[in-house]
This record gives sequence, structure tokens and C-alpha cells, in this order.
Amino acid sequence: MLALVSPALLVILALIVLPVGWLAWQSIYHDGFTLENYRRVFTEDIYWRSFALTFEISLAVTLIALLLGYPVAYLANALPKGWSILILALVVLPFWTSVLVRAYAWLALLQRTGVINQLLRYLELISEPLALVHNTFGTVVATVHILLPFMVLPLYATMQKIPGDLMQAGASLGASPSLTFCRVFLPLSLPGVLAGCTMVFVLCLGFYITPELLGGGRTVMVSMLVSRNVELYNQFGAASAVAVVLLLGVLLIFFAVSRFISLERVLGQK
Amino acid sequence: MTRISPARIALYVISALVLIYLILPVLIIAPISFSSARFLTFPPPSFSLRWYQQYFSNPAWMQATRVTLTVALLTVVIATPLGVAAAYAISQSKLRIMRVIHMALLLPLVVPIIITAVGIFFVYAKVGLVATLPGLVLANVMLGLPYVVISVLAGMQSFDPAQEMVARSLGMNRLRSFFAVTLPQIKSSVVAGGIFAFISAMDETIVALFISGGQYQPLTKRMFTALRDEIDPTIAAISTLMTAASFLLVLAASARQKKPG
Repeated sequence: MLALVSPALLVILALIVLPVGWLAWQSIYHDGFTLENYRRVFTEDIYWRSFALTFEISLAVTLIALLLGYPVAYLANALPKGWSILILALVVLPFWTSVLVRAYAWLALLQRTGVINQLLRYLELISEPLALVHNTFGTVVATVHILLPFMVLPLYATMQKIPGDLMQAGASLGASPSLTFCRVFLPLSLPGVLAGCTMVFVLCLGFYITPELLGGGRTVMVSMLVSRNVELYNQFGAASAVAVVLLLGVLLIFFAVSRFISLERVLGQK
Repeated sequence: MTRISPARIALYVISALVLIYLILPVLIIAPISFSSARFLTFPPPSFSLRWYQQYFSNPAWMQATRVTLTVALLTVVIATPLGVAAAYAISQSKLRIMRVIHMALLLPLVVPIIITAVGIFFVYAKVGLVATLPGLVLANVMLGLPYVVISVLAGMQSFDPAQEMVARSLGMNRLRSFFAVTLPQIKSSVVAGGIFAFISAMDETIVALFISGGQYQPLTKRMFTALRDEIDPTIAAISTLMTAASFLLVLAASARQKKPG
């Protein structure tokens, strides 16, 4: 049996474990051991700002995705089968279009001469085009769009397992629908909330394409810091240190979450 | 007649708006790709196929398309058997270490892709695999493996291993009984896993940005570079084709998964 897994395991070891190990080594070794890279990452302003910005954007994206995703998952769960399949199909549809295609679409919609600005000017609601893209706003709008399915699917899967009788029991005992929702349904859906939020938050922490294309160079997320240190400045040690800090953050989140729900549940939706 | 509560109406309205937000960007690409305008204008002034012509007559785009399709096909051919073998072993073996191996095979989904990309770039630079086709294929095999493993493991759950025991007690060896008894029953999840690996390889961008170059640049890398510089409607044409292709593949995959056996 071990012979059967070894080819796959070898590929993973050679292309994930070895490269990540290499990064970790490179972050502390340059003509001798050094913590210089980490000192820079933790003290220099540009790194701090980027980590803080990435954290803020990820938090905002996660909260917005939860606020948008919860009602959709709730409705899909509450409606009869045919309707819920339709809703889920619409949720998964963008999932299967390339991230690049969707970045292009958001540029087409949000740029100065884009669809939304043209529409608003045609309706004479604005006289000057709004700056909707090449900033943090555009990044957040497009990122939420890409990550929303990762929120809706685990929410829906969890809600499906909540027995409908419980709501009826709540109602028969005299609770109003909103009270039953708050006291019965919402708490039971929390594992789904946790799974969805974890996936969205973690994916957002490492997002690269969307902020690079829609952030206009001003929204420098951690992933861009890594790539710029490699491509522009040849600062391999600094890039590695940033990557290691990011990875440790992600692993820490997964570890913390795994104490409450199974990781298979979080990753299974991807 | 029951009265519809305001909360219910709000739920419908919010959900409808969210669904429009999800779908609209996907739908907007196709009309742009058929527009005759040089710059982005909406609604398009008139219908034209010039951006499709532009794409099919441009040697650089065509070369990139060939690279993408070659890489995606080779990825499926390599990742599928590796993933099936691994998933089979994980589901059948009682060894403790299999749980750890299972988690290890899902690592490509856990490690942020930018970190994977930079790490592979450093390793490839050492062994001379940067800007080569084998390098690109190998990276995509690694990224596609989790999809095959997850899909096949899901398929194995409904498979009764006793059947294989029967085949072996009747004199088949392990390999033959796998191909004669097990594989036909998990075929649809194997095919679905392969299709997901294909789509993942077709869409992969970030690793390609770091490790591909020269004549072996996939479509996504050229699209990314083009998008950074200027919004060329040719990309809308390519995007429309890519989206259509991946929808057809997903339809094929889900049709297979629903079929019993």
C-alpha cells in the first residue's frame, strides 16, 4: 500500500515540502545564520503596513462574504429542491470561470470608462467618473466575488443538516420566527459559519492576482510583497521571511479551527 | 392566504441582488468580446468577430494556447493514475501513517499558492527546470493531485472492498481484481477528478508567472501580463472561449458523477 501512495507523495514532497523548506532555510541563512530578514519584516514600516492591510482586507472580505452569503445559503436551504438547485448552480457558476477572466470582467465593469461609470453618467447621477478600481475598493469587490462560493457552500451544507422539526418545535412552543431563528437555527449553523469564514479568510490572506490587477499598485498585499521582493528587488531572504510568516499565520489559523471542526470539513468544499 | 413577512421579502431581495452580483461579471464578458469597439464601450456599438480573429491569427496567443492545452493534458495523464493509486491505498490501508499521508496530499490546497510558486521557483532555478515544459507539467501535477485524491476517495466510500476480496479468492491477483472489479465502479469519480485536474491546470496562473518563460508560457501568463498593461478586448474573446470550455468540462464531470456506478 505504501508503494501505491509513494509516487503521489514524492511529487508533493518534491514540489511543496522541499520548496517551502527551502524558503524557510533561506529566510534564516545567508553566509551564516541571521535573523536580519525577520527583524526587517517585523520592524520596517512597509512590511508592517502590508501585513496590517492584508489582515484588514481579509477581515472585511470575510465579513462581507458572510453577510452576503448567509441569506443566500438560508434561502437555498428553505426553498423546495428545484429552486435550491438553481440557486446553488448560480453560486457555483462563477466558481468555474478563471480568476483572470473575472478580474478582466471587474476591470470592464469598474474602470473609469467602464460599464458602471457609463451607466451612472448616462443616468446623469454623476458628472465625473468615480474611482471604483485600481484601489482597495475594487480589490475588495472583486475578491468577495471570487471567494463568496467558499462561504455559501459550507453554510448550505451545514444548514441542510439542521432538522426542520426543531424550527417547528420552537414555533409550537410560542416563539416568533425571528426568535426561533436566533435561538435555534443560528447557533446550529455556526459550524458552517466557522468553516466558511476560515476558508475565505485564509484564501484572502494569500490572494495575489486580484489585488495585483485591481489594486492599481496601491493596495500592496503580503503576496505582492513576496513577488516584488523576488522579481523586482532580488531580495530573496526578505521574500522568504515574509512567505514564512504568512504560512505560519495560515497554519496557525487552520490549527486553531481544527480544534472546533474537522479540517476535512473546511477543505472539502474547495 | 399567508401573509409574507417583511423579513421574508428582505431575504428574497438580498439574495436576488447577491446572485446578480455573482452572475453579472461572468455574463458581461461575452458581449464585450463580440463588440467592434477598439476600447471598452457599453453597450457595444456593433457586432464583430474581430477580437476572435485577432486571437486566432496571433502566433503568440496560439503558441500560448498550445502550451496550455499540452500542459493540461499531460497533467491529467500523470496526475490521475498517481491520485487514484494514492486514494486507493489511503482508503484500503489500515496503516496509521496513511492519515498523515492523506493530509500531506492535501497540502497544495493549504499552502498559499504564492508561497508554493516562489518556493518552486527557487528549487527549479537550482535544477534548471525554470522555463521548461517538464517543469510546468510537474508543478501542475502537484497542484492537481488533491482534486483527484478528494474525488476518488469520495467515490471509494460507496465501494464495498469485500467485492475485491471475492475476486481475489477466485484467483485474480490484486492488480487484476482492481482493474476488473474496483475501477469500473469508481470510474465516474476518477473521470471527474481528472477533469478537475485539467481545469486546474488550464486556469493555473501564479506558479506559471514565476516558473514559465520563453516559448513555454501558458495562456494565463500572457493574459495576466496583457491585463496589467492594457485592457485589450482580445482577452474578452479568450475569456469567453475559456469560460465556455470550462463550463462544458464541468457539465461533463457532474453528469458523470451523478450517474450511478
